[in-house]
Amino acid sequence: MSLKLDQVSKSVAGEPHIHATTLELRKGTMNVLLGPTLSGKTTLMRLMAGLDKPTSGKLFWDGADVTGLRVQDRQVAMVYQQFINYPSMTVFENISSPLRLRGLSDAEIDRKVREAAAMMKLDDSQLSRRPLELSGGQQQRCALARALVKNAGLVLLDEPLANLDYKLREELRSEIPKIFEKSGAIFVYATTEPHEALLLGGNTACLWEGRVTQFGPTPTVYRHPDDIVTAQVFSDPPMNFVPLKKRGDQTAFGETSAEIDGQLFKNLSDGEYIAGFRSNHLRLNQRGAQDLTFKCQVSETEIGGSESFIHLHHGRDSWVALVHGVHDLPHQSDQTMYVDPAHIYVFSQDGSLACAASYAGSA
Amino acid sequence: MNKTLNHRAWWMVLPVLILVAMNAVIPLMTVVNFSVQEEFYGEFSFIGMQWFADTLTNERFQNALIRQLAFTFTILLIEIPLGVFIALKMPRSGRWASVCLVLMALPLLIPWNVVGAMWNIYALPDIGFMGYMINAGAGFFGHDPANGPWFDYTQEPVAAWFTVILMDVWHWTSLVVLLAYAGLQSIDNAYYQAARIDGASRWSVFRYIQLPKMKHTLTIAVLLRFMDSFMIYTEPSVLTGGGPGNSTTFLSIDLVKIALGQQDLGNAAAMSIIYFLMILLVSWLFYTLTMQGEKK
Repeated sequence: MSLKLDQVSKSVAGEPHIHATTLELRKGTMNVLLGPTLSGKTTLMRLMAGLDKPTSGKLFWDGADVTGLRVQDRQVAMVYQQFINYPSMTVFENISSPLRLRGLSDAEIDRKVREAAAMMKLDDSQLSRRPLELSGGQQQRCALARALVKNAGLVLLDEPLANLDYKLREELRSEIPKIFEKSGAIFVYATTEPHEALLLGGNTACLWEGRVTQFGPTPTVYRHPDDIVTAQVFSDPPMNFVPLKKRGDQTAFGETSAEIDGQLFKNLSDGEYIAGFRSNHLRLNQRGAQDLTFKCQVSETEIGGSESFIHLHHGRDSWVALVHGVHDLPHQSDQTMYVDPAHIYVFSQDGSLACAASYAGSA
Repeated sequence: MNKTLNHRAWWMVLPVLILVAMNAVIPLMTVVNFSVQEEFYGEFSFIGMQWFADTLTNERFQNALIRQLAFTFTILLIEIPLGVFIALKMPRSGRWASVCLVLMALPLLIPWNVVGAMWNIYALPDIGFMGYMINAGAGFFGHDPANGPWFDYTQEPVAAWFTVILMDVWHWTSLVVLLAYAGLQSIDNAYYQAARIDGASRWSVFRYIQLPKMKHTLTIAVLLRFMDSFMIYTEPSVLTGGGPGNSTTFLSIDLVKIALGQQDLGNAAAMSIIYFLMILLVSWLFYTLTMQGEKK
């Protein structure tokens, strides 16, 4: 089983929502669509499901063209950010609704519903209640069970955990891949959060303004972003950037000049670039002799339990450092920050990757 | 915190108490007063529930009540499904949605007596457009105009009922449309998508998504239409004056005839209270019954 998008695009009223996209999703894989709000995740999902017809391009299911096929004739299940259940039906009736439409026998429906409910940890008393009488997490479990029971070849999860509180989100996130893995379907999971993509694993497609900027195994996309946009989408807090000038052995990061081990940027020809590094690589203390030293000014500190977000100014650049422990640095105070040059990505002025951070290894 | 006990604060409530007494309690008690006493040349005597018994056994009251119930249920049966149907057909968004909403709101903005006067003229058999067209149609199908107009609401009870009901449907279906539309607007698009993915039919979408989601606003719509139509006075009073004969004399028209026409205050007072209690009871019953399913 595979779903192939071939140059699929979607425009609404002449405005492109999805630019020509080619993707191939394979059976039994988890595919994350990662991108900020309005980047086109939902639109792309609707195209995959067949809820919308692409403006151009074709969709293939197992090699067969399904571009014009109606959504109810495809093997698709979808779960939404909002908890979508039929409000007047009980949870049992909700879960069984796709089976009843298919005309299965009562005994079989009962068996399948109870099986799915057990997997989603819904007990008998919950099965006989209406969805709105349940907590948000249980409502979403009901919706997930309905998707599960369909035994669809393509399961689309559109930010399914975004409306849940932290604890429930963690719980369901760890369950979802395991539960769906068994069914062998193709999973597509849309999220705005980079760390969710990393936790889910599988493959990730980064989306930005209706364009898939990169698609590949999640760790690879994370460590080897093809361009500055992908790096940005796949970093939270956002990646820190600084203009980089290179002339021979001399490099200048904004207003900080540094001499860098010739090995690191040896393939980089002289010129102007943009250097980027993730916030967890901007540190308060020096670790290696190679570390770059930046004189920064603290603008704000946010303390989030075991870690602190330090917002800094380096010349004209605004950075964020994500550091362990509680650091309550005074506003406007001077602070020296350190970055291992091995953690620095270098992008050309046009945004493409010029040199990957060496810590990531070769792609 | 230190609190000082100061009963003088109660005086602050006095203006409200006076207002409420003047505009609610005293008028209501006047009616109650009249309903349990008999007046004879300025002398009042207490007669208990006599007026109530008279009213309830009075055939005239019973007939007015039957007409009232027939009218209310007829317009509910027409307006609620029609309103829901129109709301379903209205565009969800865009410029046409606003145009539709304005068009729908128009009848609601017209004063009630104007509506009555409009239909009074509109349905006249000789000069009214609707009356004229209906009679022209009847002529075409073989009705002999020499026998008088086929459709004349000033003479024919059936024509009068038809006109009164049509007028009410014209005037008030919009309210149901607007309420149903508001209920529909609150349904997330994802519901429709989910139903499409499930392969649900148009009817299933209505039955299992739209109707349950509209339940609350429709309850309000039924309640409002029930109460308003049960109390209807102005429009039929202007349109037919309760006629021809007594055929469109609904409860409130009858009440006004008794109270002001015949100055029969005891009967009128008893009838007012019975009338009020009926509306209260039905509204309460309906609301409790529809909302009961929610809590279970």
